[in-house]
Amino acid sequence: MIEIAFTLNDSPCTVSAPPFAPLSDTLRERLGLTGTKEGCNAGDCGACTVLVDGAQACACLIPSAQAEGARVETVEAVHGELGAVLARLRAAFLAHGAAQCGICSPGMLMAAADLLLRDAAPDRAAVRDALGGVLCRCTGYAKILDAVLDAAPRAVASPPAGEAVGAGIARLDGVAKLDGTDRFGADEAPADALWLRVVRSPHASARFSLGDLEAARRELGLEAILTAADVPGVNGFGIMPNLKDQPVLADGLVRFRGEAVLGLVGSREAVMAVRDAALPLTWHPLPALHGAAAASAVDAPQLHAHAPGNLLIEGKLNRGTPLRDVAYSEGRFTTGFVEHAYIEPEAGYAQPAPDGIGMEVFACTQAPYMDREETARVLGVAEEAVRIRPSACGGGFGGKLDVSVQPLLAVAARKLGRPVRIVYSRAESMASTTKRHPASITARMSADAEGRFTSYEFDADFNTGAYASWGATVANRVPVHAGGPYRIPNLRNRARAIYTNDTPAGAFRGFGVPQAAIATESLVDDLAEQLGLDRWEIRRRNAIGRGDTTHSGQVLHASAGLPECLDALKPEWDAMLAQVAAHNATAPRVKLGAGIACMWYGCGNTSMSNPSRMKLTLARDGTLTLFNGAVDIGQGSTTVMAQICADALGLPLENFRFVLGDTARTYDAGKTSASRQTFVSGRAAMETGLALRRRILALANAGEDAALALEGTQLRVGSARVIDLATLDADLEAEGRYDPPTTALDENGQGTPYATYGFAAQIALVAVDTALGTVKVRRIVAAQDVGRAVNPTLVLGQIHGGIAQGLGLALMEEFLPGRTENLHDYLIPTVGDVPEIEVHLIEDPEPEGPYGAKGVGEPALVPTAPAILSAIRHATGITMRQVPVLPHRLWEQMR
Amino acid sequence: MIAYHRPTTLADALTIRAAFEVAVLAGGTDVFPARTARAAWGDPTHKDVLDLSAIPDLRDIEETAEGWRIGCLVTWSALIAARLPPIFEGLKAAAREVGGRQVQNRATLVGNLVTASPAGDGIPNLLALDASVEIAGPRGTRRLPAAAFLTGYRATALAADELVLALHVPRLEGAQGGFRKLGARHYLVISIAMAAGVIATDGAGRITTARIALGACSAVAQRLPGLEAALLSAPRAEAARLVRKQHLESLSPIDDIRASAAYRRDAALVLLQDLLEARA
Repeated sequence: MIEIAFTLNDSPCTVSAPPFAPLSDTLRERLGLTGTKEGCNAGDCGACTVLVDGAQACACLIPSAQAEGARVETVEAVHGELGAVLARLRAAFLAHGAAQCGICSPGMLMAAADLLLRDAAPDRAAVRDALGGVLCRCTGYAKILDAVLDAAPRAVASPPAGEAVGAGIARLDGVAKLDGTDRFGADEAPADALWLRVVRSPHASARFSLGDLEAARRELGLEAILTAADVPGVNGFGIMPNLKDQPVLADGLVRFRGEAVLGLVGSREAVMAVRDAALPLTWHPLPALHGAAAASAVDAPQLHAHAPGNLLIEGKLNRGTPLRDVAYSEGRFTTGFVEHAYIEPEAGYAQPAPDGIGMEVFACTQAPYMDREETARVLGVAEEAVRIRPSACGGGFGGKLDVSVQPLLAVAARKLGRPVRIVYSRAESMASTTKRHPASITARMSADAEGRFTSYEFDADFNTGAYASWGATVANRVPVHAGGPYRIPNLRNRARAIYTNDTPAGAFRGFGVPQAAIATESLVDDLAEQLGLDRWEIRRRNAIGRGDTTHSGQVLHASAGLPECLDALKPEWDAMLAQVAAHNATAPRVKLGAGIACMWYGCGNTSMSNPSRMKLTLARDGTLTLFNGAVDIGQGSTTVMAQICADALGLPLENFRFVLGDTARTYDAGKTSASRQTFVSGRAAMETGLALRRRILALANAGEDAALALEGTQLRVGSARVIDLATLDADLEAEGRYDPPTTALDENGQGTPYATYGFAAQIALVAVDTALGTVKVRRIVAAQDVGRAVNPTLVLGQIHGGIAQGLGLALMEEFLPGRTENLHDYLIPTVGDVPEIEVHLIEDPEPEGPYGAKGVGEPALVPTAPAILSAIRHATGITMRQVPVLPHRLWEQMR
Repeated sequence: MIAYHRPTTLADALTIRAAFEVAVLAGGTDVFPARTARAAWGDPTHKDVLDLSAIPDLRDIEETAEGWRIGCLVTWSALIAARLPPIFEGLKAAAREVGGRQVQNRATLVGNLVTASPAGDGIPNLLALDASVEIAGPRGTRRLPAAAFLTGYRATALAADELVLALHVPRLEGAQGGFRKLGARHYLVISIAMAAGVIATDGAGRITTARIALGACSAVAQRLPGLEAALLSAPRAEAARLVRKQHLESLSPIDDIRASAAYRRDAALVLLQDLLEARA
């Protein structure tokens, strides 16, 4: 420890810290300035960007000793020129919807401030250069660029009562995301919390034996070394109700690199100082099964007793009899593991109740009620004994649907009887949490002479990794969607989830549908080529629409706007084709290409009940509170629920207060997944608002269209009646619940798996350097049927972000266990990689949805990669059937 | 406990360097990621640290009788901001493409050289600039050409008791530097391959000096003597057409997560042509 004296946000500061500790750590853990986020501790993500002597720098790369005598400024700065620039930027970020989950926002603000302090009126290119070192996984960057360039941001006016739905208001939870006060998983813990560090397997498949742990514990100065034997309840977790196949701590056998083996508990210094090699842990490596093909081989060892042939599950859909027609194409397609790469690694703490039963867990999550169930089982206590308090969630995208830190923390806190905290390292997060399933797909498609699709067959192996996680969901969802949003009378679809010794694959924005769309859309292009049809034209002729029957036999009675999406894109498609032709006529090396793809996506769980329930109270003191259990992971559900509920009730948003996602205080609003929150929880929020309104109207004996107004405890109902809430016997309370109507799928995959579907089409313009094989996406135009855009700003944010992730899937993202466990070897798009994006919102209202709305989040990602592949093919004549299209892969195909 | 030395004089720094086994730290942008990567898989240990950042007078770019002297604490950003002749354009281009601004503001050019990664963006530029390395140690000061300083994959001729004090870049009248970097994304990207060059021409537009180097295509970045010979006396305008496959025979590119060896070899040719095509 040394004493370090420096200037921090314009004030003198002295701190005692280890000289080699990163400055980010000293700011956060010793000075309490948790606005500076740590996303990688390697200078790869920029979340920790601060100003040092007026220049942006990653605080994670600066030894605290180098702060001596320096001027350090963080997102908490309020004074002077920097304070003024930050204030302006915050207003602009709010107005433009430039912050979603908020974990990168402090870094973005500081990087932008660095530029604006030197150049008050930069151009877009200069802003890109300034922000190039900060990764954002949510926004697609476009709104961030807009915000930084907006010199005079104007606040979005709060809509009057009854007009919240449809208004692009700033997110209600935005301010805390932009001033550094939002509490993410690593930002809060009791002062007396011990630290947990997990020892993980470096082997993909191995047995291990343990020596004298108690002696090691004493020697290393730890409070405890946890093993499988310390799990008080069931040492297993997992998404499937009857298959808790992943141990909290492995019991003598590991099935993937990164699996948790031991938990070291003690002071932070003690647990962080332990060398794994110093532990009495002996490895006996076994041969590992990498990839679904190896695990499906007849002589492959069986990884789980319940899964002969390492087959977790097979999903299927049969309809009609597929036959080869006039036009026919077949292809084999492969995709790799994709990492969610949320900028917030998993973190949180557990606080045990003194009774030895209760447990509170504060952590980042997408599914608090599922976390509660999993944690309770692991502890061997009733679910009600566990309280999950979600932290702000710094990105999820499906990766925080499974538990990660929660059971580990709970086991440690129970064992020690003290609060215990953990912060995953980036490598730990990447190695141990779920990925997008790698897919190996064979698909066939036929069309008749008029270009009408007649048959489709799909057969795919999805590598679900060492544990089931959401493998079953992928296997069920994919056959329903694989054929794409087209009228096809004859289908035979198979999707298998195969266990391997790879990282568990789970939920990732789209649950296998993006992989399937890569195959199907490529075949659609093949058929168009064979028939001499324009690629837009063949899609328009086959686009499923209102009154059509889906591949699972469901009639789309409403809200099926794909034809409208395609029509909205037609002028730009024609212009894009003309631009490509004109350019390519004279450019021998850099070729342009235009591509197109469509998608559909069922909102909510597949053929399963997935209800949401909400509560609204109007207290006698005049406070109006929505108890909303839907977790906002950046997509904006907190704001959207409020907008819906406000209009249903008939009071303006500013009357509302919120209690959010806390299992002790809110009802179960299900998971933030499957594009279900706006649709399912939104409908519950609407029902809740309507229920309270009915109570109020009954109380006032007022007519249905009576306007409400709330001032203090005075609730005006219509023009004549005023209720003084203070005089009531009890607070007014109402609840609403919604469970989308679905039916089970029969043995042929026929039924009504979803109450509604989102639809979208995208066109992409790419430039391919045919000498180097590099691809630059120049422009994407998206058209998406969202039913009703409850908040157009937030909807655009979802679409932009989905496109950026789709671009990453297409061009650069490939997780290789053991090789790309950081954010410089695993590449996600930077601000320089995302194209100009234009969006057409199509609003074909969904009668089941709140005010016509349906899900938005996943659909945006699905068409992007296939549209880019279609464009690459248009530019080069090469059909890429493997993603990501790394430069050398395209180059090899062009040779 | 990791000892952390932050001396304020060069003499003290050299004493510490000689007395202890230390990791030398300037900008920290290589040291911290390496530490993070080791700690992630259960090795939190680290060598003691010798932090050079408190030593004065190491942050300057000075013009000397022979050319320029670049101090060992000169950052990429300082290099970008410095008024330097066109021979430095390649090095400046590399500076703008290293990491993001955050890294450019802290990382040093000398650190990039001493880390000696095959993908170090500064290294082919230093080879093309014919830079030499000023090394201080208990036996006094010595100078080594950059090519001799780099001895292998992440290996240099720097002795365990020595420090790099500066780089020297010789003057070359009428010379223009250039750089081409190839990566799989726009910012924050480790090079798949890169080409750097310095070319001087006479009044008639003929090449009088050509120094061309490739990075990330062998364990150590390499000059291309065959290509340089072919370029000598050729008209500058025709330079790009003189690149031949056999000029790359000394390379030994590898297959890795970023690209295949065959691709690197071919892309290197394209980068060289692009480099030589460019006039500015």
